[in-house]
Amino acid sequence: MGYPLSMRLWRGDRDGGALQDFTVEVEEGEVVLDAIHRVQATQAGDLAVRWNCKAGKCGSCSAEINGRSRLMCMTRLSDFGHEDVITVTPLRAFPVVRDLVTDVSYNYVKARELPAFAPTPPDADGKRRMMQQDVERGQEFRKCIECFLCQNTCHVIRDHEENKPAFAGPRFFLRYAELDMHPLDTHDRRELAQSAAGIGLCNITKCCTEVCPENIKITDNAIIPMKERVVDRKYDPLVWLGTKIRRRDDRTEL
Amino acid sequence: MSTSELETHAYDVVVIGAGGAGLRAAIASHESGARTAIVCKSLLGKAHTVMAEGGIAAAMGNVWPDDNWRVHFRDTMRGGKMLNHWRMAQLHAQEAPDRVLELEEWGALFDRTKDGLISQRDFGGHRYARLAHVGDRTGLEMIRTLQQRAVALGIDVFMECTVTKLLKDVDRIAGAFGYWRDSGRFVMFEAPAVVLATGGIGKSYRVTSNSWEYTGDGHALALDAGASLVNMEFVQFHPTGMVWPPSVRGILVTESVRGDGGVLRNSEGKRFMFDYIPEFFKGETADSEAEADRWYEDKKNNRRPPELLPRDEVARAINSEIKAGRGSPHDGIFLDIASRRDAAFIQRRLPSMYHQFKELADVDITAEAMEIGPTCHYVMGGVEVDPDTGVSVVPGLYAAGEVAGGMHGSNRLGGNSLSDLLVFGRRAGLHAGYFAYRHRRRPVRVHQQQVNAAAEAAVAPFAQDGGENPYTLQRELQEVMQELVGIIRTEDELTESLRKLADLRRRAGELSVEGHRQYNPGWHLALDLPNMLTVSECIAMAALERTESRGGHTREDFPGTDESWGGINLILTNDAGGELSLQRQDLPRMPDELHELFEVK
Repeated sequence: MGYPLSMRLWRGDRDGGALQDFTVEVEEGEVVLDAIHRVQATQAGDLAVRWNCKAGKCGSCSAEINGRSRLMCMTRLSDFGHEDVITVTPLRAFPVVRDLVTDVSYNYVKARELPAFAPTPPDADGKRRMMQQDVERGQEFRKCIECFLCQNTCHVIRDHEENKPAFAGPRFFLRYAELDMHPLDTHDRRELAQSAAGIGLCNITKCCTEVCPENIKITDNAIIPMKERVVDRKYDPLVWLGTKIRRRDDRTEL
Repeated sequence: MSTSELETHAYDVVVIGAGGAGLRAAIASHESGARTAIVCKSLLGKAHTVMAEGGIAAAMGNVWPDDNWRVHFRDTMRGGKMLNHWRMAQLHAQEAPDRVLELEEWGALFDRTKDGLISQRDFGGHRYARLAHVGDRTGLEMIRTLQQRAVALGIDVFMECTVTKLLKDVDRIAGAFGYWRDSGRFVMFEAPAVVLATGGIGKSYRVTSNSWEYTGDGHALALDAGASLVNMEFVQFHPTGMVWPPSVRGILVTESVRGDGGVLRNSEGKRFMFDYIPEFFKGETADSEAEADRWYEDKKNNRRPPELLPRDEVARAINSEIKAGRGSPHDGIFLDIASRRDAAFIQRRLPSMYHQFKELADVDITAEAMEIGPTCHYVMGGVEVDPDTGVSVVPGLYAAGEVAGGMHGSNRLGGNSLSDLLVFGRRAGLHAGYFAYRHRRRPVRVHQQQVNAAAEAAVAPFAQDGGENPYTLQRELQEVMQELVGIIRTEDELTESLRKLADLRRRAGELSVEGHRQYNPGWHLALDLPNMLTVSECIAMAALERTESRGGHTREDFPGTDESWGGINLILTNDAGGELSLQRQDLPRMPDELHELFEVK
């Protein structure tokens, strides 16, 4: 059965804005994005909201719903009571463009700073061989839909604009870990993970893992192992000696 | 508007769209040495390719060594009811394996076989298990890999930038005009070659698996620039979309569910697909449950389960069962894998389906059946292109992927889309780059009046007060297409649809949008609507003309496949007065050595 939902939506632009109240009819089984679309179609045609698939697969409709970083398309109205007011505000870690849309270009800049995959040559038949258990760790990280909710929640940058130049954020630690764990990669990016991406600034509070809509164990499976790998390379005297006597792996350090 | 105040960029090749085809085209164009830009409506990595689930069809022979391009070619042509452009189907089958291996070279992590090779899974209409996949999120893997490759190559990307007009210099392409979504400011690209990779048209229907971007932009831009569209009547309704709750109606449920052992049942619990095996596929389809179940392990001695017939056949069968009153509580049918495979298998092979049903519908697919029904998924028709180069009839204008036509005939097989994007994306990008190089001493000139006209058209919806609401008009358009030009069609309904579309077209000239130009979705929709109307008219016109049923086009008043239509393509163009005009054209004839593959052994 339908019911009138009370919503407070942030409206404004770079110069400022405010929460605006809306009441909209909603139906059983709907999600927050449905309600916002109905506001758009019937009350505020120019309400800015970014979305694509509406199925939790593209990671476009990220916002803060009652203060929590979530996808609007995967937040069901049935998680709230009929009397509850749902407040939707734009991601706080990024500059507002308009209404619920933010400028997430920071993430695209960081993506460009990360050196690409560089595989070993293929086998004689032109194919590459990897065992399923060896690709599974990387596959977990590649489930990432780039919703940037982890970036938005990470307190290193959330209220610290000044950290952004030196810090790539959890999404890209995933990527460093993925490449470091790739069975066929020939590059060693551990030094870069520390110096360029700033993985040392992360103090593993696991906020990123909590908000990941793909349930990727960002902290436990990517960041902590990557921190250990970085540390291994830098401080372990045995490893250090080992690298002097016999190269530990054949990768090229970047 | 004077050129001095207009943001202008010059490139050799501009690729419109950043899904699989657009990204692959841009990579090929860049590697050919052309200065290349990607212009896309959404953020990079969000295009519709991201939603593809099942896999990339490629006859690599990793699981079944007997597989090869000839078998894949044959499956593709038969799946398209022989209306495919034979040369496209041939190139596609031949080149798909290399395109998949290339993705691996760029970092894709496909699921593996026991020997460590890329694993391949079963899908409808494919004789062998041949879909390279990553669980049921293959599209995400593909788009992320291509995106990361494009970024690594340093290709310029104009994100959240929408093209509204292709510019021409006499008969040649001269560039493209568009607007930035965030600021609403205009931008112009001067380029001798443009690759359209804009995807499909699904947003013209109410129940669709497609995202908001799928408004037929490329189809409409191409027509406007003088190119032709082929076989627009063929629209694929995917048999399995979610039906409940209403807000998720249409969201795709991957064919992999059936490829991995799932079956379709009606309200009586019957596997009804055995009642719907058409004569054309009798020889290769199991006629008992026992044989169908044996096929998963032994393909040599058993025939395929009827649940894995091509999508058009399965969608029609589901439609008939629902109409006959044997549907599920929410007007769908049951898709059951819970009783057929154990929970661990389902969660490993279909993780995102498990997630999707759990999160959005409170259904545990390892314990109960899903409710599903047909959803508008794909348009087989599109820009008529040269198979080898992807060039349209307009010099400098290329098209690849869903926006291009011919490859899939009257019906596309699952898995053949992602491979199509890679094979023809690469070809179009390469040839566009080559075209720009060949014409480097004959530069094109952008004509100011075209730019002015495009700018005026784009802001027109702001000039009008008290006009129509674009959201209302879109909803009405979707109703017309859903009800009158849907999965089953008749002459009366198609005629009525054209009348209603003409009326909507008139009203679309009187749209009003509120607010200003910064990130204004109402305005964006107002500019997408004419494209949606154009492709809708194309579909309805061609559907009315083709008086037979074939693949994704079913006429209740002409239920049979008619041999005399088997060699005819329907071509749509804009005539001198800007009106749509439809002609019949002979299907290109397949050479004898390929024809032999279809002779009964």
